[in-house]
Amino acid sequence: MNDNYDLIVFGGGPGGYVSAIRGSQLGLNVLLVEANELGGVCLNWGCIPTKALLKVSEFKNNISKFKDFGINIEGKISFDISEIIQRSRVVSKTLSSGVSHLLKKNKVQVIKGFGSINKLYDKNIEINILNSKNKYITVNTNNLILATGSKPKLLPNIDLVHENIWTSKEAMTPKSIPKSISIVGSGAIGMEFASFYNDMGSKVTVVELENRILPNEDEEISEMAKSIFIKRGIKFLNNASVVSINNSENDVTSNIKIGNQEVKLKSEKTLIAIGITGNTENIGLDNTNVEVENGHIVTDEYMETKEKNIYAIGDVTSSPWLAHKASHEGIIAAEKIAGLDYVHKINVGKIPGCTYSYPQIASIGLTEKKAIDQGLKIKVGRFPFLGNGKAVAMGEEEGLVKTIFNEVSGELIGAHMIGSEVTELINLYSVAKSLETTEIDIMNTVFAHPTLSEALHESVLSAYNRAIHF
Amino acid sequence: MPVLINMPSLSPTMKEGKLAKWLKNLGDKITSGDVIAEIETDKATMEIESSDNGVLFEIIVQEGEENVSVNSPIAIIKEDGDTEEELNTFSESSGIKKAKTISSDSDGKFDKRDENQDNETQTKVVTKSNNIDNYSRVIASPLAKRLAEQNNIDLSKIIGSGPKGRIVKDDLKLENLSEGNIVKESSLSGTSNSDAKFNDVPNTNMRKTIAQRLTTSLQETPHFFLTVDCDISKLNEVRKIINDKNNLKISVNDFVIKASSKALKIVPKANCSWNDSFIRYYQNYDIAVAVAIDDGLITPIIKNVEIKGLEELSSEVKDLAIRAKANKLSPEEYQGGNFTISNLGMFGVKNFTAVINPPQSMILAVGMAEKRPIIVNEEVIISEIMTVTLSCDHRVVDGALGAKWLKVFKSLIENPSLMLL
Repeated sequence: MNDNYDLIVFGGGPGGYVSAIRGSQLGLNVLLVEANELGGVCLNWGCIPTKALLKVSEFKNNISKFKDFGINIEGKISFDISEIIQRSRVVSKTLSSGVSHLLKKNKVQVIKGFGSINKLYDKNIEINILNSKNKYITVNTNNLILATGSKPKLLPNIDLVHENIWTSKEAMTPKSIPKSISIVGSGAIGMEFASFYNDMGSKVTVVELENRILPNEDEEISEMAKSIFIKRGIKFLNNASVVSINNSENDVTSNIKIGNQEVKLKSEKTLIAIGITGNTENIGLDNTNVEVENGHIVTDEYMETKEKNIYAIGDVTSSPWLAHKASHEGIIAAEKIAGLDYVHKINVGKIPGCTYSYPQIASIGLTEKKAIDQGLKIKVGRFPFLGNGKAVAMGEEEGLVKTIFNEVSGELIGAHMIGSEVTELINLYSVAKSLETTEIDIMNTVFAHPTLSEALHESVLSAYNRAIHF
Repeated sequence: MPVLINMPSLSPTMKEGKLAKWLKNLGDKITSGDVIAEIETDKATMEIESSDNGVLFEIIVQEGEENVSVNSPIAIIKEDGDTEEELNTFSESSGIKKAKTISSDSDGKFDKRDENQDNETQTKVVTKSNNIDNYSRVIASPLAKRLAEQNNIDLSKIIGSGPKGRIVKDDLKLENLSEGNIVKESSLSGTSNSDAKFNDVPNTNMRKTIAQRLTTSLQETPHFFLTVDCDISKLNEVRKIINDKNNLKISVNDFVIKASSKALKIVPKANCSWNDSFIRYYQNYDIAVAVAIDDGLITPIIKNVEIKGLEELSSEVKDLAIRAKANKLSPEEYQGGNFTISNLGMFGVKNFTAVINPPQSMILAVGMAEKRPIIVNEEVIISEIMTVTLSCDHRVVDGALGAKWLKVFKSLIENPSLMLL
């Protein structure tokens, strides 16, 4: 091992490993320091394993439609939870070793250990690494990328050291399916687990502080999602905050305040999904000018912190806390460090967000309300899946594509979708936003028929009163 | 068969250039060797010669257009016997190719044989179109184009921040987004406002290069400055003899160039440049001389000064300066050099400090020669004095080393016969 690097990356998640590979591609001598598993939370305890679980949900929902399609199956459907979890873990493990292979292929050195900044001198950053043998190693680098990720945010003043109170990690490795589960928080993580456990047969109640669920989504989509979830059996408590939680051996009772009322909510398990907080401790930030605000590192648009040559990317920085944002920021930081021309700034308005519940929800850009609040003159297009041939043929009529345009410039300022495969479809609007197309460029694009994507075309036409199929 | 003229690559680093001027008009007869246009790169203006005979049939890239990629087509020459149809189809298809060069990767190499095939397959007469809108030759997103149109912004005056310099919405710096992008007034370069007490002139490539290089130099190079007075009385005597006897016009500056190279040879440790992992010591003595030109400056290089006599040196400096002022230097004539001399004596400047031209480690700022009272052997006498200030890069040239070089330089200037050694 060298003791001098062009770039050291703390953390091997989707931000860290991508930036390390990009840095190496650009000729930098890169060392990646990871304390746990390569792939980070996303690959091991987040995005990926939950998608394996939600595929089970999807199968189950498909099976329930078999009769409509003329397929008869006999016997009762049952789940082998240990098999389900086992498969989900294998998926993570496979992909994690894939990351290890990619790093090796790209000549990134990887060390298992915990890195911290020891001191800054001249143009060097001295790093201490506590390796897996519990020994300290000292190395130097010219540039550092902090990609240390995040951990679940916990409720203040509530003791959570109890096996009936879960964070997302426990929720994706249950020993059995609980008869009932309360989920605190109705963001993407909360709603994905609500959807999964509801499909697995648990009685699910979601507690949300705001007056609507999925508070980051467009209000119209939130309402539509809520009514679909309710139809599927999920209960919601909105405008509700958890005051205290009482544990007992077999269940958990939450005391919840809704307005002036206090209600007790009893369930076998309670999942806390109220957000995340950045991993900023013990990495030596005290020895630098790096600024931390509300548990997250402050950076400029090129991901550089207040300390020159120290960058931060992904969950440890500001929201949205999404794996693809982390990866993209990793690319920006690595290119900036390598001194590339035309490094683009991060623009959170162009980052899509996805929720893989049933139904799926996906969006990019401003919601209708936010656009109006900003004083923009807008045109709104709506197209329901009911008017899309492919969706009807698939038995997926429940869905909506909503688009928001700046009336004056024709800029696509937001797109919001609910329904089958929308988490795949959203990327089309991401490309449109990245290229800065106007409505006319999308209108003039030929969409293949029959596809769900046609709904994206029709929504744009609808914004200009030109929809054909609705 | 029509001939396509492409943007030439005028230096190894050139990726794009500005079409500074067309020297031929549409319909002009062109003979092989004729200069047809001037191209401005980041450093110099150069001429394009035609290697074909014919008539200038179409100008694809207009005068003044910037950021034209190397190898993208700029004009079409009609050769004897080219039919109207051939030309029109050729012109049409070159337009298509051009669009590709701008929007796609740099693989815009133009294959004439492909064009011929196109000529054969396409027989319809296409009328030549000149009425393409203003933005068709600017790389900009659809949204940026529309916003520019709505707000009367000239996109050709805007520098794009997107991939390959593509202009995106942010580059327009539109304000008042809260009013639905109805922009009352834009604060862009190039747009004029009747109340404004200023005039924004877009930067030339040379201006941008000077700004970038000198900013980097002052930020990254630890400068320090050493000043000495040189008595040039003897030098002027020698100069007068040489000039009178040979009917020459050797200048004081020519002696300064000669003395600088000699001093570098005597103090070889100062002839070097800093790199992060090593120091490079030079074994040649190439001296750059700063020349003021319209809108900027350039530093032509006099190579191997140590083996050149004053007469040769002097005529070379004159030639380089004349061609520099006319923007006619080729890249190898201004790239490189171990040491730079900047002389503002002719403007009456007594003393100044100069910014080092990286990767060089020293620059000599030469002031005006003037008669001053000096004290020699306890007596005040009048002598001709020239003050020079040496800027040194402290990473490689420490105070003592810089002082040593300057001492050698001073003794050479004050005793020009030592230069004969």
